[in-house]
Amino acid sequence: MSISIDHERCDFCGTCVAVCPVDAIELSESFLRIDEDTCSLCYACVEICPLGILEVQE
Amino acid sequence: MNTQYDVIVVGGGPAGSMTARYAAEGGASVLMLEKDREIGMPVRCAEGISEKALGTLVEIRERWIAQVIHRARLVAPDGTAVDSNTEGAGFILHRKLFDADLAAMASEAGADVLTKAYVHGLLTEDGIVTGVRYRHLGREHRVSSNVVVGADGVESRVGRWAGMDTRTTPEDMETCVQMTLTNISIDPDCLVFYFGRHIAPGGYVWIFPKGIRTANVGLGISGLYSRSKKPLAYLQEFVDKMFPKAAVLCTVAGGVPSMPPMRDIVRDGLMLVGDAAHQSNPMSGGGIANAMIAGRIAGKVAAVAVREGDVSSKKLSAYTREWHRTEGKNNERFYRIKKAVYSFSDEDLNRTARMLMEMPEEERTVVQVFKKALYKHPKLVIEAVKALR
Repeated sequence: MSISIDHERCDFCGTCVAVCPVDAIELSESFLRIDEDTCSLCYACVEICPLGILEVQE
Repeated sequence: MNTQYDVIVVGGGPAGSMTARYAAEGGASVLMLEKDREIGMPVRCAEGISEKALGTLVEIRERWIAQVIHRARLVAPDGTAVDSNTEGAGFILHRKLFDADLAAMASEAGADVLTKAYVHGLLTEDGIVTGVRYRHLGREHRVSSNVVVGADGVESRVGRWAGMDTRTTPEDMETCVQMTLTNISIDPDCLVFYFGRHIAPGGYVWIFPKGIRTANVGLGISGLYSRSKKPLAYLQEFVDKMFPKAAVLCTVAGGVPSMPPMRDIVRDGLMLVGDAAHQSNPMSGGGIANAMIAGRIAGKVAAVAVREGDVSSKKLSAYTREWHRTEGKNNERFYRIKKAVYSFSDEDLNRTARMLMEMPEEERTVVQVFKKALYKHPKLVIEAVKALR
């Protein structure tokens, strides 16, 4: 399992970064990356995203 | 650009620029690093602030003001619209111009300002923060300092890197989308708020005018409710219904930490300000004034700490205490009120609106709104009166 990012629809707002319990998300001006080794697959980021651009990949 | 500063500020929003300005005015050498290409952009903000709050923080410039506000309308789930006059004027700002001017004031005070500078780590020695690592135009840089100030917003990681727990819990995150709409029919001097489970659960819709036919129209919902339906879907429904002919000038997403105030916002050589320190009003989500107040205190305290050669957390905690005394205590009250208000059913909200409609319009002050809404919670009414004083 992993989390996919729709880079074309992401607004780089950082709401996902703030709720991540393990600090696995990196955000610069127009770049978002989830570190798969750190990610605990809690899906807080998927659930909080205002736009719904993060998705769980089975 | 030097490789050593007294104070490095990470983030160039209102919190960062005020910190940089007051640290520089206090005699410190200051570097402010902004990750985006332009100070003030993108504008992830409804841009509202009261004239009173702004006037105590900075000399107000005409060019910042998109619209002057005199009235507010609260709309209950059943459509009951309660109108009132605001106590004192409000402004809807041009944040792009406002933020740029605050950064210019920091620069005039002597701070160095760098954009497109992405801070991605801290330098530490024996567990004490001694600077930052950042990328600028494809090159890696290290710059050392006596104090690092994390003014890096909702997405803050500076505190986390120093071992602080700055995570926002999903339940206390307001997850938001806003569209700047034009070609719409509005009352230009009136803020409008819509409440209701089906409109914005655990939050509200705002319409903040920016001229005669233009407004910031947005909403926030609690992260408790954003799993099954996204803020963007709620807003699209609202806009399609209310403003079907609007042109959308801008769409932005964003999050507002609506947490109880953090007790712990300093470490040895480190301070957090603004959304990075969860300093927005947890009830309204308003954060411009709070961030500026915190930045002013933090900048002054940092300058004194540098001058006296003591940047220990004990020394820097003068900032924590002053912040808590001036704003943090009120945020604690607003947090308790938020918890009560956001547990209201639609029928509770409708009843509150009906009670307010029975009062003459000129008596509908903010305090009265809270009194009617919280009539089952007399202790919270006292908290509201204190917080609004």
